[in-house]
Amino acid sequence: MQHWIKLALLCWALCGPANLLAAEPAPLRIGLSAVLLEDQTAFVHAWQHYLQNRLKRPVSFVQRANYREIVTLLQNGKLDSAWLCSYPYITNTKDLRLLAVPVYKGEPVYQSYLIVPAADRKTSSIADLKGKLFAFSDPDSNSGYLVPLYQLSLLKQQPNSFFGKAFFTWSHSKVVEAVASELAHGGAVDGYIWDSLVLLRPELTAQTRIVWKSQDFGFPPFVVRKGLAKADADALRSALLAMQNEEEGRKLLALLNLDGFVPGNDKMFDSVAYMVRKLGD
Amino acid sequence: MFRNLSLRYKIPLRTSLLIAITAIAVSGSLMYGIYHDLKYDAQQNAERVSRILTHSLKPLLLRDDVWRAYEAIASPLQSSGEKSGYVIDEILILDAQQQVYVSSHPKQHPALAAFARIYPRLSQLNSVISKHREGAPRAVEIVQSGKSYMVTPIVSDEVFLGTLVMGYSSSTFLPHFYDIAWRSVYTTLIVAAILLPLSWFWAWRMALPLTQLSSSMAKVGAGSSLPEPEEFRLYESSDEIGRMSGAFKRMLCDLKHKESLEKQVLISERLAAVGRLTAGIAHEINNPLGGMLNAINTAKRHGSMDPQMQKTISLLERGLLQIKNIIGALLVEAKLQSHPLTVQDIEDTRTLVLANAYDKSAELVWENDIVETLPLPSTMVRQVLINLLLNAIQASENYVHCHICYDCGSLIIGVKNDGKHIGQEQMDYLFEPFATGREEGYGLGLWMTYQIVSQLNGMITMQSQPGETQFSVTLPVEMHA
Repeated sequence: MQHWIKLALLCWALCGPANLLAAEPAPLRIGLSAVLLEDQTAFVHAWQHYLQNRLKRPVSFVQRANYREIVTLLQNGKLDSAWLCSYPYITNTKDLRLLAVPVYKGEPVYQSYLIVPAADRKTSSIADLKGKLFAFSDPDSNSGYLVPLYQLSLLKQQPNSFFGKAFFTWSHSKVVEAVASELAHGGAVDGYIWDSLVLLRPELTAQTRIVWKSQDFGFPPFVVRKGLAKADADALRSALLAMQNEEEGRKLLALLNLDGFVPGNDKMFDSVAYMVRKLGD
Repeated sequence: MFRNLSLRYKIPLRTSLLIAITAIAVSGSLMYGIYHDLKYDAQQNAERVSRILTHSLKPLLLRDDVWRAYEAIASPLQSSGEKSGYVIDEILILDAQQQVYVSSHPKQHPALAAFARIYPRLSQLNSVISKHREGAPRAVEIVQSGKSYMVTPIVSDEVFLGTLVMGYSSSTFLPHFYDIAWRSVYTTLIVAAILLPLSWFWAWRMALPLTQLSSSMAKVGAGSSLPEPEEFRLYESSDEIGRMSGAFKRMLCDLKHKESLEKQVLISERLAAVGRLTAGIAHEINNPLGGMLNAINTAKRHGSMDPQMQKTISLLERGLLQIKNIIGALLVEAKLQSHPLTVQDIEDTRTLVLANAYDKSAELVWENDIVETLPLPSTMVRQVLINLLLNAIQASENYVHCHICYDCGSLIIGVKNDGKHIGQEQMDYLFEPFATGREEGYGLGLWMTYQIVSQLNGMITMQSQPGETQFSVTLPVEMHA
């Protein structure tokens, strides 16, 4: 009996410092990528502060240049959560779990826009851009890559042979810049980003023209890695869902040009999954 | 025209010309240097930017990252400002086939266009681009448009990937250059504005003594008589011009002296001639005159004459006596024997003229330094002294000053008065007979004095200025051993 007590004391002694460290819980790491606009450092700080207060634990935002890096970090457990595009989510459902879906203009959906330079008055569809320069945003983006790819596949075309040249800008707003400067004769862009840019940089969007809008897709969702404790995931979900109900949260949402968050479900992304399946064939 | 210009203008004009040439040469060479420096700077800048860009573009071209390449070439365009003196206009990246891979101005130069078709007329640039496939950046200047291109091959591991073509306006540094040029022109003008009046002043100062000297010399030649040396305000120093001025002054004094000597010689020659003539005539008149007076005497003594005749004879006699007096005065007889001059002789003369001085209520200041008897004919010396004193008393206002002394083997008599001064014209004929400034008298006093002094081998001079007229007589005394 004394033996057990001794062991328990030893355990306590060993775990003591660990317990003390646990008083300051590990930060919740959230990945951000091309879903957001660049140069929003102040906003990210404000949001981080807000979430820290709500979750009563440190939160760190990790920004990466492309979706693939974010997914890899999630898979490696280096990130707990991320705001990701629907395309990489749908292709990595075995590792990721849906947390919440932003609500944009009253619905958790968005579109992909096909844009051309404003000077181009002729182009009416992607078929008119044969032999031209085309700008994609990210090879893992739904609106900036998958959608135009699918559209081309409907025309039985491959981007490399159909376009004179195609390139990635790794960001939606840079697709708009590439098209506005006429570096690219056409580009595929996240409709939500384009609409936000109309408010922030109207002179830039004025140099582009929307030729075509896709059907609605599920809005790029917040996801968590499957390994994350359910309590942590629930806490984060609650914090996100609660934002629209609070003054400070509403201010942050207004900066993001969003209405709020809903829990969402995988069905929202069926249309994306359909295109992935079709292109995989 | 310029040859005949006065030095007063010639020297300043030449100095101004020198200043202008110096200013133009200095600022010109400065501006030339600045122009080349700026041009060199612009080229160096373009070369540096090219090297940096090429380095960062290499991995982008290898990854075929069009957008990053575009961002890379768009940033130097935004950062190269107007102030830096150079402006990069456009940057193009050409692929190995010399097609536009990406350009900073996609609207003008869209991707995939052949570069040769973009600037078909820039054959030099096109040939450099097609040939320059390795090595350092090379600048191509298009003279017609004032634009330059920096052509840099992009080579990775000895594989030619493409070419970076950077266009920059070599004329863009011109506003910067004009700014510097204007500033240097302003500075030059300000310095010239200070230097020019200074140089004019100095040059004028330098020319002034020369022009003074030249105008003084011109005066010497122009007038009939020589100007007084005091009239000239000549530059005095020991430099060349100063020495020249001194020499000129000395020359003028010598000339003056010579002129006065000549004048004196002329006067004494004239007086001598007049004297000879007078003496000749007087002698010729004297003989018949003596006969006539004798005849009259005889007639008065022996003849019985009626009263009418007596009256006529007496009239004749008075007239002839008057002629005899004049002739006597004209005929100064130096050979007349008389005793040597004693102090008493001189003092007697004073006593003689005192009455006249009293009548004129003039003061006679007497200074007699003679203490011994001098071997001079006393009668004649007294005659001279009396004549001079009487004349002086006659002309005086308040006083007559007489000074008699013996100095260096000569008797010197000086008589001066404060009367009316004798003009230059009068002075020339002063010692001639019948030349008188007064209404009464024949004007023979000075003539006699002159004749006596001449016969005693002496000298008489007269100096007259307002308020003081002085006669000086110098008589050589031959002391017997």
